[in-house]
Amino acid sequence: MKEKKNLFKSNAVQSLIASLLCIVLGLLLGYIVLLFINPAGAGEAIMAVVKNFWTYSKQTAQIKNFGNTLVKTAPLLMCALSVLFAYKVGLFNIGAAGQYVVGSCACLYAALAWHWSWLPCMLLAILAGAVYGALVGLLKAYCNVNEVISGIMLNWIGLYAANMLLANVKEATSPYTMHLTGAASAAILPSLGMEKLFSGNKYVTIAIPLSIVIAVVILIVLDKTKLGYELRATGNNKNAAKYAGMAEKRNIILTLVIAGALAALGGAFLYLTNYEQWSVTQSSVPGMGFNGIAAAFLGGLNPIGTIFASYFIQHITVGGAYVDKTMYSSQISDLISSLIIYLCGFTLFIKYAVNTGIARREEKARQKTPQASGEEGGDK
Amino acid sequence: MLLLLQYTLIFASVLLLVALGGCFSEHSGVINLGLEGIMVIGALGGALMMRYLPGTLPALPLILCVLLGAIALGVAYSALLGVACINFKADQTIVGTALNLLGVAAATVFVKAINTKANPDDVSSTIQYVEAKKKFLVSIGSFEFNWFMLIALVMLAVAWVVLYKTRFGLRLMACGEHPQAADSVGVNVLRMRWAGVLISGVYGGLGGICYILAGVSEWKFENGVAGFGFLALAVMIFGQWKPTRIALAALLFGAFRALSNVYFGFPFLMALNIPGSVYNMLPYIISLVVLAFTSKNSRAPKAEGIPYDKGQR
Repeated sequence: MKEKKNLFKSNAVQSLIASLLCIVLGLLLGYIVLLFINPAGAGEAIMAVVKNFWTYSKQTAQIKNFGNTLVKTAPLLMCALSVLFAYKVGLFNIGAAGQYVVGSCACLYAALAWHWSWLPCMLLAILAGAVYGALVGLLKAYCNVNEVISGIMLNWIGLYAANMLLANVKEATSPYTMHLTGAASAAILPSLGMEKLFSGNKYVTIAIPLSIVIAVVILIVLDKTKLGYELRATGNNKNAAKYAGMAEKRNIILTLVIAGALAALGGAFLYLTNYEQWSVTQSSVPGMGFNGIAAAFLGGLNPIGTIFASYFIQHITVGGAYVDKTMYSSQISDLISSLIIYLCGFTLFIKYAVNTGIARREEKARQKTPQASGEEGGDK
Repeated sequence: MLLLLQYTLIFASVLLLVALGGCFSEHSGVINLGLEGIMVIGALGGALMMRYLPGTLPALPLILCVLLGAIALGVAYSALLGVACINFKADQTIVGTALNLLGVAAATVFVKAINTKANPDDVSSTIQYVEAKKKFLVSIGSFEFNWFMLIALVMLAVAWVVLYKTRFGLRLMACGEHPQAADSVGVNVLRMRWAGVLISGVYGGLGGICYILAGVSEWKFENGVAGFGFLALAVMIFGQWKPTRIALAALLFGAFRALSNVYFGFPFLMALNIPGSVYNMLPYIISLVVLAFTSKNSRAPKAEGIPYDKGQR
């Protein structure tokens, strides 16, 4: 009894419970929506979303498609880390989507127009994202502009700018940018032999392990360094941080520079694998940055938790492609992940409920010591 | 020139309606970042009405039904924000963002489901309303008057009267400035905030259907409303949370948005040889600049964004 109580009191366990609850409820609500649309195939469709690559019967195909999901998890994880990092400093970086766009644009343009190799392409993407993030930071620090609104504006500006710029390096007959072949193939991220692990999936590159390393670095920076402490202090109370001698304006800008760089690197992690081409006619901001918000909150705002949450979000997003298209659309997975973000808003309430549940139980235990372990229901 | 005026007025109507919605919500103390999602769902309500109502219906009942459809879904959807942010004290930014994403995803899923049910080969997320759209338009010479311009004006007057001339409006604003004080004199803060959020649902839904009727005669729901909900928030901030100033701000922003539709009608703009994308970016760039200059001394409701806690002073 005593052990169990301590377990539920721990913040990490509570976050885990809250996240799992969000996932279960999100899937359940998604299932209900499917039932509402067409009850005949709802069960099958939700299973398709959850199973993703397991729908293939052959093991090699499974592993190959598992690789594809991982390829898209790396950029998502970077966007999620971007959102998480800014949120720890009290900033809601919805501009991650735009920073991801300018990062993608910068690295693709450098690769296709100037035939740079992958490392400078990646660094250029980071630079572009950092500058783009800095814009939000400057507006926030010096002009008191709400970072959500400026972030959204910059998302759209970034999208149109990227479309305009990348139109110079697109294929003649399609709206897509050219493949990274020929002279541009130097820009493809090295695989370091990892493709063999994924049945020859050549899109599996160092981006995947690199993104996990960066997640760990973010964890260390936030929890173990002076910089991280200062940034978090600024996030908790801007005025108190200023009073304590911290440069709160610099901290805000620095945070968004780092967040911008992270999201932009995500763009490089996807487009420098040659897995996808950029469509210069796309008229909405890519969902990667927004899914990053889902992953960050689902991961309990912990970098390690975010690794798993990013995988899960990407898993169901890719899984959405396997639903029976004659009945449903693949956006059902977007629906589920946005439901999960909505439910994540209740995380605080869930934690509060768990805590009061524990407190009430302890109270009861104190009052009638002998039969304390009786009541189980209604506490979680 | 007339075309520019026409587009300016219609886009200004959209921005005005949505910004007034945001204004009600923020005056009650809730930041409504989900306006974009509310617009999409409201637009869905109106578009479904236009799709399923018989085309033979005369203009007036049709317009009323479309408006009611948009309002009904807008209000229902804004209730999601209300439950989470008012009753469960959730983070208003997260919930608002979730509603934006959910709005587009849900609308796309539903419209696609409807389309594929009607025709198995049709997997688009488009609803067409060529005939119905005509009923919203009255041609005066070469100027196409859209009923929404009038609706926006009426809703502006309503907003002004409600906010400044009724007991309800003044109480609502008190809840956004100092909810504890409002509570101490017997105002039910949670109920007032619910009212603010639901009213923003009415305005947001109207703005949404107005937006998709402003441009072409069909709408692809995958595209959402292209950041208009946030442009409207910029309009609201520029208008300093005051309905009349919001109206002026909406006209300004509407003009810049309209330019991207009609810039090729102006020889001198064509001579500048600026790519079309730049005109597309223009409203967003302008709003950033405007926000940079106006946010410093903002007159935002003081208690906005903070969940009401009775025990706090």
